[in-house]
Amino acid sequence: MSKKTFRESINEAIKQEMRRDENVIVLGEDVAGGAGTKGDQDAWGGPMAVTKGLAPEFGRERVIDTPITESAIIGTAAGAALTGLRPIADLMFVDFMGVCFDQIFNQAGKFRYMFGGKAVTPLTIRTMYGGGLRAASQHSQCLYPIFTHIPGLKVVIPSNPYDAKGLFVQAVRDDDPVVFFEHKMMYDDEGEVPDELYTIPFGEANFTREGKDVALISMGRTVNLCNQVADEVKKDNISCSVLDLRTLSPLDEDSILEAVDETGRVIIVDESSPRCNVATDISALISDKAFSSLKAPIKMITPPHTPVPFSPALEDLYLPSADNIKKTISNILN
Amino acid sequence: MQLNREELIKAYQGMCRIREFEDAVHEEFASGALPGFVHLYAGEEASAMGICLNLNDQDTIASTHRGHGHCIAKGCDSKGMMKELFGKKDGICGGKGGSMHIADLTKGMLGANGIVGGGPPLTCGAALTFKTKKTGNVAVCFLGDGASNQGTTAESINMASILKLPAIFVVEDNGYAEATSSDYSVGGNIVDRGKAYGLHAEKVDGTDFFAVHQAAKEAVERAKNNEGPTLLHVKLSRVYGHYEGDAITYRLDEETKDIKDNKDPIKIFKRKVTESGLLEESQLEEIEKSIKKEIEEAVSESKEAKYPVESDLLTDVYVKY
Repeated sequence: MSKKTFRESINEAIKQEMRRDENVIVLGEDVAGGAGTKGDQDAWGGPMAVTKGLAPEFGRERVIDTPITESAIIGTAAGAALTGLRPIADLMFVDFMGVCFDQIFNQAGKFRYMFGGKAVTPLTIRTMYGGGLRAASQHSQCLYPIFTHIPGLKVVIPSNPYDAKGLFVQAVRDDDPVVFFEHKMMYDDEGEVPDELYTIPFGEANFTREGKDVALISMGRTVNLCNQVADEVKKDNISCSVLDLRTLSPLDEDSILEAVDETGRVIIVDESSPRCNVATDISALISDKAFSSLKAPIKMITPPHTPVPFSPALEDLYLPSADNIKKTISNILN
Repeated sequence: MQLNREELIKAYQGMCRIREFEDAVHEEFASGALPGFVHLYAGEEASAMGICLNLNDQDTIASTHRGHGHCIAKGCDSKGMMKELFGKKDGICGGKGGSMHIADLTKGMLGANGIVGGGPPLTCGAALTFKTKKTGNVAVCFLGDGASNQGTTAESINMASILKLPAIFVVEDNGYAEATSSDYSVGGNIVDRGKAYGLHAEKVDGTDFFAVHQAAKEAVERAKNNEGPTLLHVKLSRVYGHYEGDAITYRLDEETKDIKDNKDPIKIFKRKVTESGLLEESQLEEIEKSIKKEIEEAVSESKEAKYPVESDLLTDVYVKY
């Protein structure tokens, strides 16, 4: 066990899986960087340096710099997965799903069902999501609800370095197509991460805080916001549980219902756009299955229904905040 | 013609099987027995057979919405396919895929495809597997003149070119993307598009089985010798409309007549092999008869076969969930 960043945790998971299984390959735009140049042949390791060091160790046959060609990247990975490799495709920003979504949801996500259960598509798509980097409307979205909507895909969204490694290893070994969401503001977050390989099963949410007054349910980066708020409101004698969903598909319904049962008050914090997102989905689930356990209306904290703004002044207003969560806690308790 | 008797017989059997299958589907659809919608391959048989006779079960093909011919040519079971079209449990995909999603991975058939331009990226993937694992296999993508205008096709031939993948892109240009002429919809020409990305590219007469077979043979050799991907622009005609139920008002009657009289690859093949004395008329008629029987059985067995049941609805979404 040693302290590692979110970035290092994923990098280590990829390297260790590539050492363990020669069918694991990585492909995407500048996953090494420098292809065809006279300069550094490991120039980038992706824009956030997550895949740095892979090309020198595994060679360009297994760490493939592609052109900027998202449909071909994802489709190539899907076809390779269908025929015996275990590819990790890098969809740099999830916002770029717009130029390759067919290959994800009509092809990779449906092979198994359409082909009557005969296909196995062990594909992992890594992608960055989320606001905070002042990256504006086309590089800051969450979009995970759209993937969660598709039967046949699995959606993973870790909140910390420990989970990132365990969930990533599971994603690579999983025989279904997995979309792995990495919040672009979390790469420098640190945590204790074992050096050895381990997996965290999908569909098992994690209570990061125990509490009896209010349940905060969240995913990815906003879990940390919830943890922070839960710790802060303790001094006011308010006890919050925090449930980290870890995976959106499969979804751990039992833990959600347990959180409702223990508190009767639920706040769902979701950084994705508010219509048809994870918060509305969980809210519907609770209304359907645990209505009688509720002591207050379900509250959803999300951004407004706008594109992600560029200006720091506006983006800070746009994103869910600790203040907003605190205010909502005090509203539903009174 | 360097093919031996056995290969010629196989070619004729395959082309007849495709034609009988499609003619039967045409009739069954018209009678209302078939659900969904179907796109028939009749008239294009020389392309599927000319290409696929150069492949083995480990080589892969990706196909299109007009995929029955490719499936048959790659060795998919015609009865399993027919049951699939009828939506039956014993169908080749358990009745979950239907006409546009027929697949048999054990035969290297990676799926028909309901998305125009869906197959080319997947073909790069299969070719990448072969290259990475050094299997010596080749990945073929069938696509139409319509898909030749899709961005995925451009992306994929570029990807195949720069990674030097063992891939072959077979553009079956039947003259129409749905109801729009390829003369109208294709800017420049398809061979030049392949060449522009550094592929070996050539135009092939798709009514001539032997021309397709020879071009495919050379393309497979290039792929296996690590000489990179090939694009074949195969010019051919479809007998029926875009889909069954299409009144084909965009095509003049004389053109349809010309297709049936002069561009039928099966007639052309038959004439060539009998005139040159490679096969005898009576032998071909024997093949026609036995294929006809096989497809008649496929239809009657499909009608008798059982539908999937409620518990089948929820299976096969994931390997594990």
